[in-house]
Amino acid sequence: MAKMASKTKQGPGAVVSVALTAALLALMALLLWRMQAGIKDVYIMKITRLCAINITLALAMNLINGFTGIFSLGHAGFMAVGAYATALLTIPASNKAMMFMIAPLVKPLDTLTLPFPAALITGGLLAALAAYLIGMPCLRLRGDYLAIATLGFSEIIRVLIMNAQPLTNGAMGLRSIPANATVAWTYGVALFTIVFMALLTTSSYGRALKAIRDDEIAAESMGVPLFNHKMLSFMLSAFFAGVGGGLLAAYNGTIGQDMFRVTMTYNILMIVVMGGMGSISGSVISAFVVTIGQEWLRFLDGPITVGRFHTDGVVGLRMVVFAALLLIIIVFFRNGLFGTKEATWSGVWRSFGKLRGLGKRGEAA
Amino acid sequence: MTRKVLEVNNVTMQFGGLIAVNNLTMSADYQEIVALIGPNGAGKTTAFNMITGVYRPTVGHVALNKENITGMRPDRIAQRGMARTFQNIRLFKALTVLDNVVIAQHLRLKSNWLASTLRLPRYNAENRLMYERAEELLTYMGLWDVRGEISSSLPYGAQRKLEIARALATQPTMLLLDEPAAGMNPAESRELTGLIQGVRDHFKLTILLIEHHMDVVMDISDRIYVLDYGNLIAVGSPAEIQANDAVIQAYLGVDEDEA
Repeated sequence: MAKMASKTKQGPGAVVSVALTAALLALMALLLWRMQAGIKDVYIMKITRLCAINITLALAMNLINGFTGIFSLGHAGFMAVGAYATALLTIPASNKAMMFMIAPLVKPLDTLTLPFPAALITGGLLAALAAYLIGMPCLRLRGDYLAIATLGFSEIIRVLIMNAQPLTNGAMGLRSIPANATVAWTYGVALFTIVFMALLTTSSYGRALKAIRDDEIAAESMGVPLFNHKMLSFMLSAFFAGVGGGLLAAYNGTIGQDMFRVTMTYNILMIVVMGGMGSISGSVISAFVVTIGQEWLRFLDGPITVGRFHTDGVVGLRMVVFAALLLIIIVFFRNGLFGTKEATWSGVWRSFGKLRGLGKRGEAA
Repeated sequence: MTRKVLEVNNVTMQFGGLIAVNNLTMSADYQEIVALIGPNGAGKTTAFNMITGVYRPTVGHVALNKENITGMRPDRIAQRGMARTFQNIRLFKALTVLDNVVIAQHLRLKSNWLASTLRLPRYNAENRLMYERAEELLTYMGLWDVRGEISSSLPYGAQRKLEIARALATQPTMLLLDEPAAGMNPAESRELTGLIQGVRDHFKLTILLIEHHMDVVMDISDRIYVLDYGNLIAVGSPAEIQANDAVIQAYLGVDEDEA
């Protein structure tokens, strides 16, 4: 209905927009394909794939935090469920026997292996199930209370993983997870997530979620069952977080409960806040910016010499810089890059127009 | 024979030691406009909240179209055909005028979330119908030209109208208006009077309203209930209420010489 809302015709029409989007996607695919074939640097390709995984994780979180307006901090817990499920279902049986030294892996899992996509989906479904169990008590809470409760449950999942030796290998974690997180898989899942979220959030259900975000009491009076819709959003968010966690497991090759601390949730939250709570394109762009930025700023952790000042390297300095960045965003750009809006071709057109306009004014003066 | 759309039977609402509404019995017939008036703190909004499901009455029961809705959740009551507006406007502020009216039809959607996300043909048909109805409603209310505006950017009067449009979008049989003329000047409230009557006839509605503007109340009400300190002190036509001693005392106080 965006077509109807634009009163004056500005920039490209719907057909052109679709064509431009298709062109951009094709260009992106071509670029990835060329990179895969041409760039021998494993490091660069790893970061490229991490960007896609972060897109999936950020969109999952944006659904519940941005579109539904529920401040949930349980993301790392759902990712852990997905990661462990995917790992346990893809590691070959012989490796499992070697790895579980303290207590052998429980019965059906010790010999069971599934194809990667089936393992990913199972991980997602288990995360959604965890969300259902956590949501039952938590989604009746509001605001800060809900954030604290989900944070607590996420920690509970982590502690359970640490102690369920025969299922998760406890604190020793899991190794030799098959490296299935290829460019095709990571970007394929990211694209699927983008399309799914775009379709969901523009459907009647998506509109109802936005109504809940804007005014719960009014939404309920207009016949939107609050608990039911919040639960739907929470479980879908957990599903995609679980799938993202599964990709991360296949990407890393090893996982341990330590990966899924609150810091993991905050990392994803930073992407979501930076891109704009309630903006899909914002999350996508921000996932690239934050993922690449975090790597690029790595030099901060190493030895630095500025003039006569020298440090041998402070581990974690880049996180300090990122925290400062997040503070600046929250203070000066509270709504992130896009707020609740989406990047559109007509928006790009308009900002180019503005730039041209500024240029002309400059010439005149 | 008139059909009772709303029946409130011996309803009491108690908050701790405070009885906000005491043994209230009232009803509204099909296509009737009923007003609930009373001085500040008389229990009008509490009565509203019990009828719409925000509060569960301590005692008594409420029926809509002969169905018992006592203690039902607000969304269930809305699905059964009751719609409301709010005293202190509660629009979906960050969304457009059009979206506000489209969202209010979500409760009539039959497709599930998966069918909606996958844009199955049935959902597409339902969705198209939602937008057509929204266009109809917004045109009727004179808001079609501002459909693309963010609802909180509308002028006050238009926001009030949009709230009524949004309530109508849920396809109710019973409409509850909580102080629809609050903050309006005499010209605007006269326009509102016409609008409410028009809406009643056009959509075959039964209307219950709380209002402080006596000219509005006396103009459009078929029947008036008067509350004071939670107690029902009078029922009757506008003319009867205007002549009722108890009502005059409640609003203006008792003459000291007589008391």
